[in-house]
Amino acid sequence: MSDSRTEHLPASPMIHGRLVRLAHWVNALAFLVLLLSGWKIYNASPVFAFRLPGELTLGGWLGGALLWHFAAMWLLALNGLLYLGYGFLSGHFRRKLWPVSPAAVWADIRAALSGRLAHDDLSVYNAAQRAAYIALILGIALLALSGLAIWKPVQLAPLVELFGGFDTARIVHFVAMALTLVVVAVHVLMVALVPRTLLTMLIGRLPATRSPQ
Amino acid sequence: MIKLKMGERFAALRNREIASLERRLFLRQGLSMGALSLLAGCNVTDEAGVENALRKISSWNDTVQAKLFAPKRLAQEYPASAIVRPFPFNAFYDEDGIPAVSAADFSLELAGLIRERKPWRLADLYALPQVTQTTRHICVEGWSAVGQWSGTPLRHFLERVGADTSARYVGFKCADDYYTSIDMATALHPQTLMAFRQDGDILPAPNGFPLKIRVPTKLGFKNPKHVRAIFVTNEYPGGYWEDQGYNWFAGL
Repeated sequence: MSDSRTEHLPASPMIHGRLVRLAHWVNALAFLVLLLSGWKIYNASPVFAFRLPGELTLGGWLGGALLWHFAAMWLLALNGLLYLGYGFLSGHFRRKLWPVSPAAVWADIRAALSGRLAHDDLSVYNAAQRAAYIALILGIALLALSGLAIWKPVQLAPLVELFGGFDTARIVHFVAMALTLVVVAVHVLMVALVPRTLLTMLIGRLPATRSPQ
Repeated sequence: MIKLKMGERFAALRNREIASLERRLFLRQGLSMGALSLLAGCNVTDEAGVENALRKISSWNDTVQAKLFAPKRLAQEYPASAIVRPFPFNAFYDEDGIPAVSAADFSLELAGLIRERKPWRLADLYALPQVTQTTRHICVEGWSAVGQWSGTPLRHFLERVGADTSARYVGFKCADDYYTSIDMATALHPQTLMAFRQDGDILPAPNGFPLKIRVPTKLGFKNPKHVRAIFVTNEYPGGYWEDQGYNWFAGL
């Protein structure tokens, strides 16, 4: 409905292309399913001296959680490969995530904490965003690799060795989950603080009426 | 203690068990959508449909794993110093439910696509050529433990009794009413053992006396203990946990 109303207005610039938006939401769904089913799997034999809140987990019991986990892994993997392929080949990563320097990241984090970080142009990521999104990509890649090592420790024995053994691979898988979750939590918090970024990830651009240029 | 006629009795029992288990356990334990439905702000009413879809993906995962499985790739062997003692006990019952199998009365029954189906006494099984291997047992729950098992390669036994090794499945029935099955490729893998001994001693009762099938290329629940019958078939035999939702191939 709102589309037909704004159609005659000059189009505001595209901020997130269709493929990026689709990959984002498929990834978010796959990540959520893997996270919550993974917590149930963790609880079956905790690596550390604590359990995760059972009422937040997915699957009902270990068998159900495993069904979810090994279904959502395909979604994450296929979507992730599509996104990475697009990101590297189209120049999307080079344009949006590069360059990123530690000094710039630090300056942006300080600006954000003091409420002075500008969000005027949503089509350009600030240095803190770039660092966060790169960290998220690397974190999910580490989750996938450590997950493969745990899933197929005999067929993919060299991968297990790379992680320093089966039990260490489980720890890596858990720690990668925790770190990735921190990045996701900060990301969601930032979206809550700058809600129009949610709109751009949903419809690709800001509504024309709100973007007078 | 085991005077069952194998063969068709297996099939009937199996199908009844599968049907009732599927209904009971999935309704009770369910695939609770948990936090996801809370987050989505709705109740997923079509739980059966979701479960069905997940099971289909699990079958697809069986196919993928069968392709990934390299018949000659060996599971890592460990030095004796890595052996975990005492080796953990794990079953679908507590330790007081461990079956008391009498060595004198025991006989291993054979059924299905096997030429020589005469039952085997324990003494005859012990007389088979044996090998020893130290490998990691990995439980579906995530924990793992290195153990040492000695026994006859299942491949040797299957060939000896004239099993149809072109069949698809090898199934196992246990004295504790556990049952499971593996693909023929894994049954013929050089490290898949009929284990009679663990850590140098006769297999202790908690670890599966008198016979455990040791499959270092599969998760722990594919390593049945107290095995009293082996059958070869082309009809999907399922398993105690597999019928409740654990992935069937469960390869490592």
